[in-house]
Amino acid sequence: MNRVKRARLTEQIAKTVLGLMAVTVLVIAAAVLIYIVSKGYRAINWEFLTTRPVKLGREGGIGPAIGGTVWLVSLTALFTLPVGILAGVYLSEYAARNLLTRSIRLAITNMAGVPSIVYGLFGLAAFVMLANFKVSVLSGALTLTCMTLPVVITATEEALRQVPQDLRHASLALGSTKWRTVRKVVLPASMPGIVTGSILGLARAAGETAPILFTAAVFMSPQLPRSPLDRVMALPYHIYAEVTSVPNWSEDLIWGTALVLVAGISIVSVAAGVWRSIQRRKIRW
Amino acid sequence: MVNALNVEPRTTAMPTLVMTGRENDTVVAADASGSFTLSEVSVAYGRDLVIEGVDMYIAPRSVTALIGPSGCGKSTLLRCLNRMNDELGNVKVGGKIMLDGQDIMGKDSDPVELRMRVGQVFQRPNPFPMSIYDNVAYGPRTQGIRKRSELDDLVEDSLRRSALYEEVKKNLKKHAFELSGGQQQRLCIARALATMPEVLLMDEPASALDPISTQQIEDTIAELKASVTIVIVTHNMQQAARISDQTAFMLRESMDEPAHLIEMSETKKIFTNPDDKRTESYITGRFG
Repeated sequence: MNRVKRARLTEQIAKTVLGLMAVTVLVIAAAVLIYIVSKGYRAINWEFLTTRPVKLGREGGIGPAIGGTVWLVSLTALFTLPVGILAGVYLSEYAARNLLTRSIRLAITNMAGVPSIVYGLFGLAAFVMLANFKVSVLSGALTLTCMTLPVVITATEEALRQVPQDLRHASLALGSTKWRTVRKVVLPASMPGIVTGSILGLARAAGETAPILFTAAVFMSPQLPRSPLDRVMALPYHIYAEVTSVPNWSEDLIWGTALVLVAGISIVSVAAGVWRSIQRRKIRW
Repeated sequence: MVNALNVEPRTTAMPTLVMTGRENDTVVAADASGSFTLSEVSVAYGRDLVIEGVDMYIAPRSVTALIGPSGCGKSTLLRCLNRMNDELGNVKVGGKIMLDGQDIMGKDSDPVELRMRVGQVFQRPNPFPMSIYDNVAYGPRTQGIRKRSELDDLVEDSLRRSALYEEVKKNLKKHAFELSGGQQQRLCIARALATMPEVLLMDEPASALDPISTQQIEDTIAELKASVTIVIVTHNMQQAARISDQTAFMLRESMDEPAHLIEMSETKKIFTNPDDKRTESYITGRFG
């Protein structure tokens, strides 16, 4: 076999192996999704989505758990987005290359690596007990905020880095201050990336059990919280509690709960993706 | 007492052309704003001195070309004139730079105000990701102009001055990225003109463009010189010869020493009868 033929064969093999790996990922993702849908679809109906659980969740619906998760995620977004995005802007646009900046970055990397159960424990100590917010939506959202912040900060920094330096210079050369440049040019141009990254972070927060285990979640609650200081049911915790604590838990209903959680997160992610690609058509370098 | 960069009221910032009634009836600018005087200007990147001892006078309403081989500090010197080097970090500028007799590096002088008087056009077209109108209105809005009619006038006027208006007047709401590269660059010129600068700095404004677009940019420059001082960095010696009134040749003879201004005089003289042998070798294409 001559050199050219061998090179062509190697190329062919490399392409095939890489392609196979990519397909494997797709197959795994599809399998998980198909499995959840096939196990869970029977439970889905309007009553299931809106009514409260009956007989410790063996019957009835998951309305309060859906509502509780929405509460938790909304409050988490309210805390995380301003702090995370502004911190990201500071790090990307303002921070000098010094020890302080390096320390902040190191802290963020470490925050991202902390296991979620440790956040739960920290939330219990800091928000539930020390700040005396009790087990509540507020404590849970603050705990989820700690966990989500590094994701949002990193996504923001990454999105800002994509904005060409030329655009900043164009704005500065027109007599704009740095802050005006950030507000009018850099942030709008990087919004798609920031939004997508933030939604991924919040989606993860929506699905976490450990951080809300000791800080926000309650096993059974007939209604939605009336204030942020009430405790709530939540979708991931509902699955955990049913499977670990309720004898003869209903398989249909729990898979249905899982399906609702996955579908909810997917819908938001896909919506963000579509919005992003629309924006991308307007902003390209 | 020089109150550095206390910008004039907008109405007078727009240069007015006045007939002086000389016998040959030439039109000369009555108001002599937009001149630069550089003395002993040096620039260092960190500890590395890259430009040294530049003395230069740039006359108002003229086109000055900065030429020289790559890495000779033309662009760096250009950025001294609107203090854009401040934004690059770790760049120190020494010496004195006066804009119409005011020290632009003095304690009272503010780069933000300076840049409204000294606009810049960059090498690659860099319109903002927004409409044509919003691109041009960006500078005036920065200055606090909100009145729609005033903005409309400024946008139209600036686009006319950069010779883009006729091509885009039907749809000023169009996204800037839908324009061709040459049109984008003329949009960037309009954007820079909208703050009514006295000086326009251009850093190889046509090097990323095709010959026809380059021609249009050069025509625009020829038109603009009646109302603004233009300083242009160019690699293209024919371009320098075509469009400039005076030419400055810079050279960094080795990486161990900083660049110097070798020679500056009327463009015609530089290209036909330069004083310095190095200038002659460069313009005849023996190096660079």
